[in-house]
Amino acid sequence: MSRPSHAAAWGFLAALTVASFWTLDLQWAKFLSADAARRMGRFLLELLAPTAEPGFLRKLAVASAETLAMSALGTLLAVLAGLAFAVPAARTHAGDRALWRWPTRLVLNALRSIPELVWAALLIIAAGLGPFAGTLALAFHTTGVLGRLFAEAIENAPLGPAFALRAQGAGAAKVFFYATLPQILPQLMSYALYRWENNIRAAAVLGVVGGGGLGQLLSFHMGLFHMRETSSILIAMLLLVALVDVASYFARRILQR
Amino acid sequence: MKLALHGLAARHPAAAGGSAPALRPVRLSVEPGEQLAVVGPSGAGKTTLLHALACALQPAAGRLELDGADPWTLPVSGLQKLRGRLFLAPQAPPLAPRQRVVTAVLAARLPRQTLLASLRSLVYPLNAEAARDALARFDLADKLWDRVDRLSGGERQRVGLARVLVSAASLWLIDEPLSSLDPSRAAMAIDALTRAARERGATLITTLHQVDVATRFPRVLGMRDGEVRFDLPAAEVSAERLAALYAEHS
Amino acid sequence: MSAAAPPALRDPAWTGRVFWSLAALALLAPALVATEFKPWLLVEPGALKATGRFVGDFLPPKFEPGFLWLVAQECWRTVAIATAGMALALVLAIPMALIANSVLSVSALPGRMHALPFAVRQGVRALLIVLRSVPELVWALVFVRVVGLGPTAGVLAIALTYSGMLGKVYCEILESDDRAATHALLRNGAGRLQAFFYGMLPQSASELTSYTVYRWECAIRSSAVLGFVGAGGLGQQMDNSMKMFNGSEVATMLLVFMLLVGLADGASAWLRRRIG
Repeated sequence: MSRPSHAAAWGFLAALTVASFWTLDLQWAKFLSADAARRMGRFLLELLAPTAEPGFLRKLAVASAETLAMSALGTLLAVLAGLAFAVPAARTHAGDRALWRWPTRLVLNALRSIPELVWAALLIIAAGLGPFAGTLALAFHTTGVLGRLFAEAIENAPLGPAFALRAQGAGAAKVFFYATLPQILPQLMSYALYRWENNIRAAAVLGVVGGGGLGQLLSFHMGLFHMRETSSILIAMLLLVALVDVASYFARRILQR
Repeated sequence: MKLALHGLAARHPAAAGGSAPALRPVRLSVEPGEQLAVVGPSGAGKTTLLHALACALQPAAGRLELDGADPWTLPVSGLQKLRGRLFLAPQAPPLAPRQRVVTAVLAARLPRQTLLASLRSLVYPLNAEAARDALARFDLADKLWDRVDRLSGGERQRVGLARVLVSAASLWLIDEPLSSLDPSRAAMAIDALTRAARERGATLITTLHQVDVATRFPRVLGMRDGEVRFDLPAAEVSAERLAALYAEHS
Repeated sequence: MSAAAPPALRDPAWTGRVFWSLAALALLAPALVATEFKPWLLVEPGALKATGRFVGDFLPPKFEPGFLWLVAQECWRTVAIATAGMALALVLAIPMALIANSVLSVSALPGRMHALPFAVRQGVRALLIVLRSVPELVWALVFVRVVGLGPTAGVLAIALTYSGMLGKVYCEILESDDRAATHALLRNGAGRLQAFFYGMLPQSASELTSYTVYRWECAIRSSAVLGFVGAGGLGQQMDNSMKMFNGSEVATMLLVFMLLVGLADGASAWLRRRIG
């Protein structure tokens, strides 16, 4: 690696970092003051004292189920929509003209670039506050991600079976269902499960902008400084994420068999 | 299906434009129901010939006639229908690893099924009996419901051959059907193929490395360096001709 | 077919498929209820009018110079929050990774690691897991309460979450690379930091910097999102405009955001080619 380009890159990063600290109105004084430290300390201590009051736990359970359902349904919708987009977005063989490839990829990129939270804020206008907007937000963003991954999987699938069916005169749809899809299905499921792991984390916080689930509960209680409830909600979030991670791991193990 | 080649030449699909064709101009004519074995060293152009006959390769020169019609002058729909009447079995069995044998075999029926029927067949196999009967001819009926990747190489090759029997093709183009089979299974397989072809009146063209099996066919084509060196009834294929065909240096 | 045709074959996988399909449907139904999944609400006249008006405002996007200047400033602020947050994350992550990785363990050189060093390492790893698992939005909410609205909350939220991510991956990279050189140095009495600089850093440097640059790019996206809870930057502006149903402003900012993400992607690739 040449010296000048190495130096140019490091120089860029250093300049960027310095400029960032310089231009931001960071309230160091406020943050590093004794008062702030004491407040942080008290805040954190209060966070370590969750509540186990039955009425609240019931609400927590409902919100957790809502969040889990949002993440699962959003991912499922994205798998179906992603596959629908992936087929036109992929060039299946050398002779495939793939006329829809560029427009479809553009749509998928647009869906992907907008983060879940921004989608949620946008979709609340159409779908109203609550988990429906959250589910759609996850579905829209994840469709962009999965659509591209699925299209790449289709393009990288081994060509033998598809070639043989095309030589027989089978149409593109039949070739897809009998030759391409059977070969890429394990990969698609793996991608979907990875996205589910990401989506449970996203779903947990979408409620903060009004997307339902644990996030909405968190935003509510933290706004009222109910530290004990907040603590319970955070623990519920962590447990939910761990649950989905484990479920996804085992599901992927089963699919490998 | 009746075949005629008039000076047909073809290139590998990946070959550069100006390179020498893998298949030099070939004149060939095959009557319906004939059975033909193609022999020759590696790189002789046998596979290219099969792919050209299967309309999987556009000719670089010359003309192909299937049942009197040049497939490359047909409209797309006509060409697709024509493809439904031929069957190409590549050397490496074109089976999706995690698919079940029954689905892989029944895929040979796709050309004459509607899209809806083929989708229903994915959910619950329609006409699994036809698949079982085809597999039974190759001694594989018990593997009907197994996954393709659980089979051995030889079993997979036989599944690839069983697919031919399920299709409605009248032109069978089979590339190296016996490469993974031991002698007794090979004998059974080639016997099943030729018998089925005779029953259906299908034209069978197969490439073979096993010269002893090839010389049991009524007609043998010897190829080398992209050309047909001889096209004779088996009785006239002498040991000298074969030695000359397979010689290291021509 | 012969006269005595055998009975039609039964697909042995059929029962299993039916069972699992029904089970999946049984899970789907409550999920649809729990998420209040009512697609018909989207096309109700009231919703359609609101959506139509909002989306209609998208074209034309607001390209008025004063507004564009504001958006550009917020863009810079978003990048600055991400960069400052990453810088702080490094300050936290590097020491944690150095402590938590097992390659620099002197007690493990001859055989098994001793109890106390092991406990310390596991403790730091647990801390990294906690830092990583708490969503950065939650950290941002907490900090907004403590230090108030503004970029500080965003910088701190990114610093904490990304320190966990960076720390864990640094640890993995350091532990998966070849240890022979480092162990040789430790055996000959070199200090741990010396062993790191002379033994581990040379071989792992490019992988470490590559991952860090990739995470910086992710941080820019996070930073934009954190703005929705008051942490400043493009996100905050977008939130303001959305609350006022100002479609043309939102459209401009979405476009600018997508451009920013694309630029960051390009910059990240450029940097990784040079120093990765």
